[in-house]
Amino acid sequence: MALELPENVVVSRLDELANWCRKNSLWPMPFATACCGIELMATGASKHDLARFGAEVFRFSPRQCDLMIVAGRVVMKMLPVLQRIWLQMHEPKWCISMGACASTGGVFDTYAVVQGIDRFLPVDMYVPGCPPRPEQLIQAIIDLQDKIQREGTISGREFDTVERQQRKRALVESIEPLTLDASRNPLLQQQFSLQQLSGLHTNAPPLGRS
Amino acid sequence: MPHRLGVADLFSHWYRTFLVVIFIGFFRMPHTPPPLDNVLQSLASRWGTLDVSTYRNQTRIVVAESVSLEVLEFLKAEGFDLLVDVTCVDYLEYRGALNRYGLVYLLTSTTTNQRLTVRVFVDDPTPCVRSVVPLWEAANWLEREVWDLFGIHFEGHPDLRRLLMPEEFAAHPLRKDYPLQGRGERHNFPILTRHDG
Repeated sequence: MALELPENVVVSRLDELANWCRKNSLWPMPFATACCGIELMATGASKHDLARFGAEVFRFSPRQCDLMIVAGRVVMKMLPVLQRIWLQMHEPKWCISMGACASTGGVFDTYAVVQGIDRFLPVDMYVPGCPPRPEQLIQAIIDLQDKIQREGTISGREFDTVERQQRKRALVESIEPLTLDASRNPLLQQQFSLQQLSGLHTNAPPLGRS
Repeated sequence: MPHRLGVADLFSHWYRTFLVVIFIGFFRMPHTPPPLDNVLQSLASRWGTLDVSTYRNQTRIVVAESVSLEVLEFLKAEGFDLLVDVTCVDYLEYRGALNRYGLVYLLTSTTTNQRLTVRVFVDDPTPCVRSVVPLWEAANWLEREVWDLFGIHFEGHPDLRRLLMPEEFAAHPLRKDYPLQGRGERHNFPILTRHDG
């Protein structure tokens, strides 16, 4: 049955409409810990003008954000904070790992620096560079917008795919002696109990013994 | 006719301020501090012969751990009122080293500009010295840092917790037998996926 529509009516899927709204109003959560944060600020400032892509509303409350930009190295003390902030953000949410340190640990291959946040968090976009130019970050946001437009759904079904649940990389290093004592850190305890509840796996045996 | 500045104006009006500043500065130029002979002699008379060495006008003394607090207390009374730093060196596999850990106390006298380095050597299995927090409040965080990174225990410290590393960390990472990339602590976190939130 053909339906006669006036010329000024556009027909679309609801998913498409939601994606169009979401991708043009990304509110970034700036998790800036190092020099990448300076480039992040430059990206938001008037010269590069992130407002052209609808992502200029930086909010320092995770409750109001849907795009986490991790800019800079993340150390052991910071990672539980990062994970807590990620959990506090509302769905739908995305994560950009900005720069070499956030993506791989960069040159900081030492005992205290996490070797890539994607080992412990779902990451959607990686930005290479040390630090990346604002143009690179803008390109990552444009790519993320494309991704949202392409595969987004109004109910967030795309986040439940098997591919999205898997870790990006396999850990190659083996965990030998266990030298963390979770009983002294309430934040870690809480996270590990959460992990046991949801039946997740870590790359290490559960903590609590030392 | 407008007034033109001449040489006489340098010594009149507000230009005099510059002259006074230059005059004071001339007498307050940094001077070489008096030698440490008196202090070293009185130290030697109380605690016997000391291991004293000098390198480029910097004097250091080595003090036994059993009397370190008394010596530092004496030095503070002698005028070394500023504790600049407390730090440590791990001499594991260092050539010619007799002890494993060497603590460094950098002292300064704010009245005479004298400086003195005090070394205290301690060993495994329980490296321990007495805390100098009762003498200098500045030692509080410095000793916490040394405890955190080297595992030197400071007896009598009011609050000996880790300063830099996370609390659940159990090793002392600046020891030479600790691997640079750690023992896997940095990979020991729960993994969040999209299911978690």
